[in-house]
Amino acid sequence: MKQLRPWPMTWIVVAVVVAVTSVGVWSGARAADPIKIGFGMALTGGLSANGKPALLAVQIWKDDINKKGGLLGRPVELVFYDDQTNPATVPGIYTKLLDVDKVDLIISGYGTNLIAPLLPIAMERKLTLMGMFGLANNEKYQYPNYFQIQPAGPDPQISTAIGFFELAAKQNPKPQTVAIVGADAEYPQNALVGARELIKRFGFKSVYDKTYPPSTVDYTPIVRAIKATNPDIVFVASYPPDSVGMLRAAHEVGLQPKIFGGGMVGLMFTTVMTSMGSLLNGVVNYDFWAPEPTLLAVPGVKEFLKEYQARAEKAGVDPLGYYLPPYSYALVQVLGQAVEATKGLDQQKIADYIRATEFNTIVGKVKFGKNGEWAKGRTLMVQYQKISGNSVDQFRGPGKKVVLYPDEFKSGSIIYPYAAALK
Amino acid sequence: MFSWDLLANALVAGVLLGGFYAAVSLGVSLIFGLLDIANIAQPAFVILGSYTAYVLNNAYGVDAILTGILLTPVFFVVGAIVYRVYYGSFERRGDESLRGLVFFFGILFIVEVCLSLKFGVDYRLVQAPYIGKSLDLGGGVGVAYRLLVPCLVGVAMTAVLYLFLGRSFYGRAIMAVSQDGVALRLMGADPIHIKTIAFGIGIAAASLAGALLVTIAPVVPSTDRDYIGRMFAITVLGGMGSILGTLVAAIVLGIVESLMATFFGPSWSLAVSFGILLVVLAVRPAGLFGR
Repeated sequence: MKQLRPWPMTWIVVAVVVAVTSVGVWSGARAADPIKIGFGMALTGGLSANGKPALLAVQIWKDDINKKGGLLGRPVELVFYDDQTNPATVPGIYTKLLDVDKVDLIISGYGTNLIAPLLPIAMERKLTLMGMFGLANNEKYQYPNYFQIQPAGPDPQISTAIGFFELAAKQNPKPQTVAIVGADAEYPQNALVGARELIKRFGFKSVYDKTYPPSTVDYTPIVRAIKATNPDIVFVASYPPDSVGMLRAAHEVGLQPKIFGGGMVGLMFTTVMTSMGSLLNGVVNYDFWAPEPTLLAVPGVKEFLKEYQARAEKAGVDPLGYYLPPYSYALVQVLGQAVEATKGLDQQKIADYIRATEFNTIVGKVKFGKNGEWAKGRTLMVQYQKISGNSVDQFRGPGKKVVLYPDEFKSGSIIYPYAAALK
Repeated sequence: MFSWDLLANALVAGVLLGGFYAAVSLGVSLIFGLLDIANIAQPAFVILGSYTAYVLNNAYGVDAILTGILLTPVFFVVGAIVYRVYYGSFERRGDESLRGLVFFFGILFIVEVCLSLKFGVDYRLVQAPYIGKSLDLGGGVGVAYRLLVPCLVGVAMTAVLYLFLGRSFYGRAIMAVSQDGVALRLMGADPIHIKTIAFGIGIAAASLAGALLVTIAPVVPSTDRDYIGRMFAITVLGGMGSILGTLVAAIVLGIVESLMATFFGPSWSLAVSFGILLVVLAVRPAGLFGR
């Protein structure tokens, strides 16, 4: 019988060295593997005008973080697909991201309708989900690992209007009567519900409360009907075409309440601002960001905007980037800080950390609360002042969209009444 | 809340809106009413007219409506080509009913997607010195220039088309082809040639209406969808192929919308307008001026 020859000591040593080296090599490869962040984004379709700037903001963050050595010593890589502003594409996109592309982290695309089909997927797989500008997506699910970056706060219905009515109530003499009007659509209806509650809370008297179909062409009859009630305050909850229509009609009819504006979506879009020019003067409207000293003082935001505006033209996106991009950048900042702090990619640990922590971002301090919304709402109320002509450059600096609310970001005083700002 | 000046303003605003609606619907009246071609893509050419006016206004400061007028020959040619393709592919083979409809749907979507890819989905507006200003007619009645100018152009378009169809050789030939294409052929005229001209005029009218639209309100590539219902409703209400009927129906709808928005709440505007359409069709199925 042939005896097995025992391994000589040399071979054992070689085997151990090879094994140890292999582990070393393997560890080295893992360290160099990128951390993949996956998402769908509206690069075409109805929301692409905001989706594309949001993507650019996230790409700038990726470049910034990689310059600093990445996350956990690994470079960050973005994996994204065009969701075509179509919610039906979202489940397929995220399934591919998670199962084929094997992304480590996910964030949502832009907008309420695109977040809605993503939340159940995140819940099923117990993922941490960062939401980008979704309105009350988590009210029904109450998923604890969802966090949303739009600063609407715990009560989204009143978040648009609260600053507007608080400002109105502070004026002397206090305005008494209110007209509210809005489109027959989801956001305006929600904003009008909030406005009605605030009218009661602040003791105003409602003299006009009507809605109109979104396909309305001529707004002058509506504005004349409002003018006939002679209101002190006019609160408008509208989408971009109606915002333009209402504002033009107000000038044509000569509607001059003491305060005008509130929840007019679209007035902050660069193409609309430059086209409307001086017609914007005096309007007090909600916003999320403005190039005012109080907001520019937040560390990092100036550098971000400089980089964004330098790359915007080539990317063919909004040249100013004041509406959504700072928040898109802040969203990934939060995620990145949580990964670094938890020293890993454990979804639950990341979520627990985000829930418990106040983050420093380029939009200021961010702390999440109920349903993953901001613990305290921070929708700004700005007034358009001293706008002349249609140049885009005038909107780059301070003084054109003066922040009136909240006090911590206040950058100037309201011109009151509305007519005084038109002069 | 009733007052006489509110009523007067509502009526004036309704007439102005009606003039614009007439401009938007004239092409449909010609193509759908007279040629019996269900050109669902008509609103797409309206939006195409809006974007060409926007581009020239934005780049060179040319007035949007002037651009619309100057570009009508270009759109006439585009319309003529579209009809020739439609004729060659569907009408000649007798496939025009359903397949033709799909063809025009296809054009509608292609135009919309091309505009989205080129211009994105930002709202596009034009600038003109008269936008945002109004003319005081006295007695508390005012007229917004932004609506007055498109209304005047719409009425002028109606008048020109009415005279063209009634007085010119080609106009009468179009009326003839709408009644009996075979008889026209027996008279030695080519009905396809006549239909090509009529279709081209219809598309040119749509493009000019687009320039009026972008003067009144901002547009995005999908704005055309808001107008499909109104355009066909006005054509049917006025009476198929009646140019004068189109103007009257457009003004009726404009006034109803305006009165409802002023006195009863804007939400009712469209519902009442289409309610009137149903009542008129029940009483007079051929429409107000239909034969």
